[in-house]
Amino acid sequence: MDTMLLDQFNRLLDDVCSPADVRSAQETDSPKYDAIWSSISESGFLDAMVSEEHDGAGLSLNDMFPLILAVGERAMPLPLMETMVARALLAESMDDLPEGPIAVGDLRSGHSHLIPGGAAARFVLTDTGDRIALFDVGGMSNSSPGIHGSLASQFSLGKGVEPLATARRPESGLLSLGAIIGSGLIAGAATRVLDMTVSYANERVQFGKPIGKQQIIQQNLAVMAEQTIMARMAAQIGCSGGLEPDLAAAAVAKQTGSSVAAAIANSAHAVHGAIGVSEEYDLQLLTRYLHELRMAYGSETYWARILGSQHLQSDAESSVDYIRAIA
Amino acid sequence: MLETFQLQKLPAEAEALRAPLRALLHNLVGDLSPSQRARSWMGCDRSLSRALGKAGYLGLTLPAQYGGRETDAFARFVILEELLAIGAPVASHWIADRQSGPLILHYGTEAQRQKYLPGIASGELAFCIGMSEPGSGSDLASVRSRAERTTNGWKLNGQKIWTTNAIHGDYMIALVRTSGKTEDRHKGLSQFIVDLRAPGVTVRPIRDLTGDEHFAEIFLEDVELTEGSLVGDEGAGWSQVTAELAFERSGPERIYSSIVLLDAWIAHLKTHERYDSSTAALVGRLTAEMAVLRTMSISVTSRLAAGEQPVIEASIVKDAGTGFEQSIPTLIADDLASHPEDMASDELLRTLFYVTQIAPTFSLRGGTREILRGIIARGLGLR
Repeated sequence: MDTMLLDQFNRLLDDVCSPADVRSAQETDSPKYDAIWSSISESGFLDAMVSEEHDGAGLSLNDMFPLILAVGERAMPLPLMETMVARALLAESMDDLPEGPIAVGDLRSGHSHLIPGGAAARFVLTDTGDRIALFDVGGMSNSSPGIHGSLASQFSLGKGVEPLATARRPESGLLSLGAIIGSGLIAGAATRVLDMTVSYANERVQFGKPIGKQQIIQQNLAVMAEQTIMARMAAQIGCSGGLEPDLAAAAVAKQTGSSVAAAIANSAHAVHGAIGVSEEYDLQLLTRYLHELRMAYGSETYWARILGSQHLQSDAESSVDYIRAIA
Repeated sequence: MLETFQLQKLPAEAEALRAPLRALLHNLVGDLSPSQRARSWMGCDRSLSRALGKAGYLGLTLPAQYGGRETDAFARFVILEELLAIGAPVASHWIADRQSGPLILHYGTEAQRQKYLPGIASGELAFCIGMSEPGSGSDLASVRSRAERTTNGWKLNGQKIWTTNAIHGDYMIALVRTSGKTEDRHKGLSQFIVDLRAPGVTVRPIRDLTGDEHFAEIFLEDVELTEGSLVGDEGAGWSQVTAELAFERSGPERIYSSIVLLDAWIAHLKTHERYDSSTAALVGRLTAEMAVLRTMSISVTSRLAAGEQPVIEASIVKDAGTGFEQSIPTLIADDLASHPEDMASDELLRTLFYVTQIAPTFSLRGGTREILRGIIARGLGLR
């Protein structure tokens, strides 16, 4: 990964996705996210993963790992990474890629999972089982549960609606890619949360010294660091297969990310005390995001079942042989 | 610290070592029962260690002039992984191959290298590490055993305890005080190679709760040490010990201590065709955790291969890894006893209870969980 590109991306996100921008995008009555979207759209980054043959930058999902972390660190309220992946998948069969955020889901059961940023999506890319299909949100019923400060929603497909386009389906399904993106965003958000929590523990004085000098706080933060590292490692395993991920690698990524997301959020709040749950303090932007991402594209048990079934059905000589084939 | 953990593939040359070793191990230990194999790096079989040495699987990172193979930390990772996956009883060479060999190579004199390294690379010599004492556990800097200068060497007095592999060992590398007092802490400590058969050395086995005798107490009474017994510099014992820790804490043995049990349980599930979704979820959860921990261990291995001393990162692997190892017997016990319709074999239950009983040691040996988390916290910039 080219560091100049990453620096450029970070500067862009600093400009358009500050905590104030995130709050404004998530305002319950009148969410304002058009400015974020138009700036990112104009930057050209949306086609980072589109092949060079289709005028994109041709970056692999593996190359994108640091960018996914950067998006997660900022609790990006829009489905940005999802759109980038969707555009890369669609570029093969669409000459003019659509303008606007694209959510990613699996609607074969008739409805999707809870999709982060879904309320801001203009399109939904779904898995039909043998192809992937792009729909305009106009042809969908979009149910936003009205969670405070959240743009998450669930989609159901209307009857007789035709897709705008279809494209080749990744072998392990579209949800695998959603899960990998979700795991990377969790890893990014966890990294930022860890950072904030360590800083706070070093600054906050009680009993005459910073609380970070208390062994119990140190022990809890050490565990949080381990969980964060596991989430980052797992997301890298997921990203390593590019846009044709191995189902088991996607499962490892999201099972791990989801299983640490809530624990990391809880530890961070425990250290921060009451300020952490106040609206004006930024921690809540990230911990709300972690809880949402944990459920998005399947939780830890959803993916554990898939991975465990595959392991039990495999003819690997040992567990070590089975995991060696994943990463 | 976070950036150290980058996904890395094992090099093909290292992977190529896997198949021939596996074939050899099937012949040598394929007939052992799961409960025997579950002892793994606590199980001792000198003839196996010699056979591995002869076949070229020990002393991997040592130079050829001392009988070593001059390969890298990745080759060692692959070999350890194979030994642990099958549960080979490797205690006889384990500590020498992992720590004592690299320590002697790095800090030892030429005479020490020539004396000890060939025996380590051939699996002939068994080492143990004398750290803990009756009054010094986690507070290692408080050791009281003491070596005093004599006209032609040193005289050692004191006591070591909980020393793994001392009963079967040839030599102990002991951390003792050579100057100052206990209050001087890290200053004044030195490392010595002690012949466990020397006059004045008494090794008394300590039986553990599984009925095994894997550790021992060692009494040191006026033990005469030659000048050539001191490893490295006098007074530099603490920093030398710290450097060893990255080797001791990041390997696959911090992930795979319960692997024989895990595989025996998975075989049990397959026998009973128990593939329901809650069983699959439990298998999947353990599989994911193990896969991630393995990549973490490999990433620290790559830092070792680059000649670094990633002590904080190694502590992270060990704390997270031993937590995983310890969770396995607890989860499997619940699973078996919540499915009375699938009768567990006596052998599976023996394996389960052995691992259950010994599991507390996983997070004690090589530095306790609490000590490791203190190190990690410092790495985060706390205190």
